[in-house]
Amino acid sequence: MQGFASEFSTAIALILDGDAELWAIVLLSLKVSVFAVLISALIGMPVGAALAVARFPGRRVLIILMNALMGFPPVVVGLLVYLMLSRSGPLGVLELLYTPTAMIIAQVVLVTPIVAALTRQVVEMLAEEYSEQLRSLGVSRLASVPVLLWDARLALVTALLAGFGRAIAEVGAVIIVGGNINHVTRVMTTTIALETSKGNLALALALGAILIGIAIAVNAMVSALTLQAEREGLRHA
Amino acid sequence: MRDLISEIAGHIVVNGVQIARNGTALLDVPHLALDGPGPTLILGPNGAGKSLLLRCLHGLIVPDRGFVEQDGVPLNADHKARQAMVFQQPVLLRRSVAANLDFVLKRQGLHRSARKLRIAELLTEGGLESKARQSARSLSGGEAQRLAILRALALEPDTLFLDEPTSALDPGATQKIERMILRASGRGVRIVMVTHDIGQARRLAADIVMMQGGHVVEHGDARQVLDAPNSEASRRYLSGGLVT
Repeated sequence: MQGFASEFSTAIALILDGDAELWAIVLLSLKVSVFAVLISALIGMPVGAALAVARFPGRRVLIILMNALMGFPPVVVGLLVYLMLSRSGPLGVLELLYTPTAMIIAQVVLVTPIVAALTRQVVEMLAEEYSEQLRSLGVSRLASVPVLLWDARLALVTALLAGFGRAIAEVGAVIIVGGNINHVTRVMTTTIALETSKGNLALALALGAILIGIAIAVNAMVSALTLQAEREGLRHA
Repeated sequence: MRDLISEIAGHIVVNGVQIARNGTALLDVPHLALDGPGPTLILGPNGAGKSLLLRCLHGLIVPDRGFVEQDGVPLNADHKARQAMVFQQPVLLRRSVAANLDFVLKRQGLHRSARKLRIAELLTEGGLESKARQSARSLSGGEAQRLAILRALALEPDTLFLDEPTSALDPGATQKIERMILRASGRGVRIVMVTHDIGQARRLAADIVMMQGGHVVEHGDARQVLDAPNSEASRRYLSGGLVT
């Protein structure tokens, strides 16, 4: 128990003293996940919005597939991205394996279905409400997409935060494609796994505390945005 | 008010329009001509097909059979661009009051300065000057419906369809909206409006279309329909009897 208390106080000291190694790991984690979420937003939002407003054969199947991809096991994603980026893989010439870019790619694969599925859900509900009014104003189905995306902005930011939550807490995929190389691809989750196995609990605890802090902050933002979106809806009802 | 009307655009004729769902006829209108000065009010019990007819006239619903024509030709995109519709439950964009109007004006290709002027004019018209920056979703029911009407008028339509715009409003809010409707009518906008309110029909209508069970049972001058209806269905509806 005394050992744990000592590790815990060292962990707090690492955070408060601004330990360079610790904060470099935190910064890299944030960089990788923020980039991954931004790329996922660029892909997932238009795809989700298009699926919400377009009507074509096979649309229902695509929606089911997209929803299923939300629960795709991260280690399998890591394995697939590894196969793509490995020297003998189709993208091997790019030499991206064991780089932060590889980790971003893996997180994009994990987060994009979440962003797309949540966008589809939100935009479809809004499209139902706006459909007749927009048609009456002469707005075509295609032209309605940016209108719906803008008006669903609060809910979409929530979707992005949910995606960020998934990305920042991810370990299985990034450890496979990133390799957990010190000062290169070592992020919070992979460092926690490594340092715990080495018995360096102070660094693991410090990173764990920061990770939990980020998770709480993200969830607080999601709750605040959801509340605001609900208020907007209630005002209208 | 009628003397102010110089010329009402957009003569609308319904030709053999039929809509059925699951074998049940929801709308069956062999012929209906809306060519008077208006406002035209469509009256009838729930399920009479009033809103369905309005949506057909505006081209939001394509009938199974028959067609609607305006100015002698079947309803087309040009006609629709000169029409506007206000719904029973106003659908406002999740933006400010001014941004709701700006959305329509921008689509019309107006320059920023022209849009600003037009928004100010419209807000004054609807008594919403002080609400310009407020979220449209935070308006009261009456204000929201006034904004929906202003947004429709921003399109400068020759025909304005209104689907029970005052059904959920108190008398004060209703009066403000009726004034807006009469002013638009006075400017030459053809008004076609659905209502349940017989008093409102008396206040606004030049002609009345009485509907029941998907059929037009009577169409004529408002005074004549309200004071001496020709059909039994009209008589029963106007006397407050239960009509099914």
